[in-house]
Amino acid sequence: MSAAVTCRNLEKQYTKGKEVVPVLTGINLEIEEGDFVALMGPSGSGKTTLLNLIGGLDHPTGGEIEVGGVDLNDMNGRELAKWRSEHVGFIFQFYNLLPVLNAQRNVELPLLLTKLSRKQRAKNAGTALEIVGLADRAKHKPSELSGGQQQRVAIARALVADPSLLVCDEPTGDLDRETADEILGLLQTLNQEYGKTIIMVTHDPLAAERARHVLHMDKGKLVTDAGVEV
Amino acid sequence: MFAQIREITLMNLQNLSSRLGSSSVIVVGIGGVVAVLVGLLSMATGFSAALNSTGKADRALIMREGSTSEMNGAMSAGQRATIRAMEEVATASGETYVVAAIEKIGTDVPANVVVRGVEPPSFDIRPEVKIIEGRRFEPGRAEIIVGVKAASQFKGLGVGETLKVRDQSWQVVGHFVAGGSVTESEIWADLANVQSAFRRGGTSNTMRVQLVSPEAALKLNKRLREDPRFDLMVRTEREHYAEQSRDRATLINDFGVAVGIIMAIGAVFAALNTMYSAVSSRTVEIATLRALGFSSLPVVVSVMIEAMALALLGGLLGGGLVWLAFDGYTASTLNNASFSQVAFDFAVTGDLLQMGLTWALALGLIGGLFPALRAARLPITTALRGE
Ligand SMILES: Nc1ncnc2c1ncn2[C@@H]1O[C@H](COP(=O)(O)OP(=O)(O)OP(=O)(O)O)[C@@H](O)[C@H]1O
Ligand SMILES: [Mg+2]
Repeated sequence: MSAAVTCRNLEKQYTKGKEVVPVLTGINLEIEEGDFVALMGPSGSGKTTLLNLIGGLDHPTGGEIEVGGVDLNDMNGRELAKWRSEHVGFIFQFYNLLPVLNAQRNVELPLLLTKLSRKQRAKNAGTALEIVGLADRAKHKPSELSGGQQQRVAIARALVADPSLLVCDEPTGDLDRETADEILGLLQTLNQEYGKTIIMVTHDPLAAERARHVLHMDKGKLVTDAGVEV
Repeated sequence: MFAQIREITLMNLQNLSSRLGSSSVIVVGIGGVVAVLVGLLSMATGFSAALNSTGKADRALIMREGSTSEMNGAMSAGQRATIRAMEEVATASGETYVVAAIEKIGTDVPANVVVRGVEPPSFDIRPEVKIIEGRRFEPGRAEIIVGVKAASQFKGLGVGETLKVRDQSWQVVGHFVAGGSVTESEIWADLANVQSAFRRGGTSNTMRVQLVSPEAALKLNKRLREDPRFDLMVRTEREHYAEQSRDRATLINDFGVAVGIIMAIGAVFAALNTMYSAVSSRTVEIATLRALGFSSLPVVVSVMIEAMALALLGGLLGGGLVWLAFDGYTASTLNNASFSQVAFDFAVTGDLLQMGLTWALALGLIGGLFPALRAARLPITTALRGE
């Protein structure tokens, strides 16, 4: 198996005015294709920042990052946007569905960036909704769906363009235990049966248990379970 | 790319109804600008239109070449006789236009009154001039008749009273109306008497003529200008009124534009504000779209289309309101050159409405541009945090 994600000495700092805030201070990381990795750590440790770099939403300020065999360092914003639309599915804590669109149309959104016909888009969106078990809610607006259902729609949206990598930032952070377990089960299915590589940020140890591997972060670095820098 | 723009724009427009409350600031603000602008300009347009129809096309003034005032010009009796005989002329009358200072009623301050020396045919050329009290003056006698507006504004102009002007006493023998026109603010007297009292010799300033037809105006003008004995031109009454009142129409027009601009600045800020909050309430939505791979352009375009749609709605409302309220509404104004009280209709023309909508769209464009650019420039990661 080849590496889905490789980070070498990855750094990210933000500049607020004159002040430089180091957020990631040298991340070395390798995630295999088909892995399901949970990323844990205290608030502010840089989990989201790392996830955003892996998802190609932002540029690192140092080090190297390679995702799916592609070097993200050299890509400009436009290239990154195209790359994301083809290779990464995003799942957010608050689902980030568009409130005016029904489930079907929300799921179809990423396909607008493809050359698929309208009919084919609708068909693929329907399939994605079936995978997440919401085929019967296709015409519902997000406001007419429960939190768990909304997250399922969001997962369908992340799936629909068939990316190899799913990045999830606290996907169960806003859900009750039972619903969270369902969503985690769904992610496991996507990992095991559909071969998606999944990186999931979570604060929930029970959620992390569902992953194949767990990584811990602290103060911008990856650490072992015991808190030792790796 | 086009599909992206279309989808996002459609989405935003669907969103619009849920934000109609806050968006109404744009609609109302821009509607107000368009209403005021179109309203004022329709006044100017109506005013010009009224002037163009004031006065008759087959009645003309013969004036000194290049002059715009009846006060200029010196036509001898011989010249007048020659003109009177020309085939384009049905009736003609020499007129002299002078001013006299008379105290106004209610003040001790003298103000200028027009004294018009006329020949008997002047009454035939202007049938709207009718005596309502007393009688006409007798040629050769120091008698005057006074327009009803002048009589009501100045002292000592009652029938039977005597007016002293330039060391001469004039007997007021009648009052006249003239169809509500500014002629009612004049004093009329026999041309020969006015010439001697104001030391004009035998010359008159102008001639007022009844032409045989409206087309005769051009012919007569050509004839006079080609004739080396004359330094004269022909102006129909209609042309003359329009010329006299053009300044006022321009003034109203300029005023309309100025007020429109001031209001437009306010409306732009209202639109900017509304669009900023409309955009910022959707920061996360927009960031999500961009995370999914949508580029900034559709986001910018869709925000601008949204602002322009709201602005257009405002423009339609404002323009439509003015049209319903004012089109054909009659108003009046006193002309600058104290030439005439001109009654006119507001004219809300298609051109004006189109211009109003153009303004609305331009305001919407400006109001949408900056918020759209900001939304597009915000880093996705920052925007996703929803701060
Ligand atoms: N755009 C930014 N500008 C400046 N500082 C930022 C920015 N984004 C993140 N940070 C800072 O970087 C640090 C790490 O943020 P990050 O969101 O990665 O943490 P996190 O581990 O995801 O925390 P949480 O568990 O609360 O989500 C924080 O101190 C945060 O304030
Ligand atoms: Mg986070």
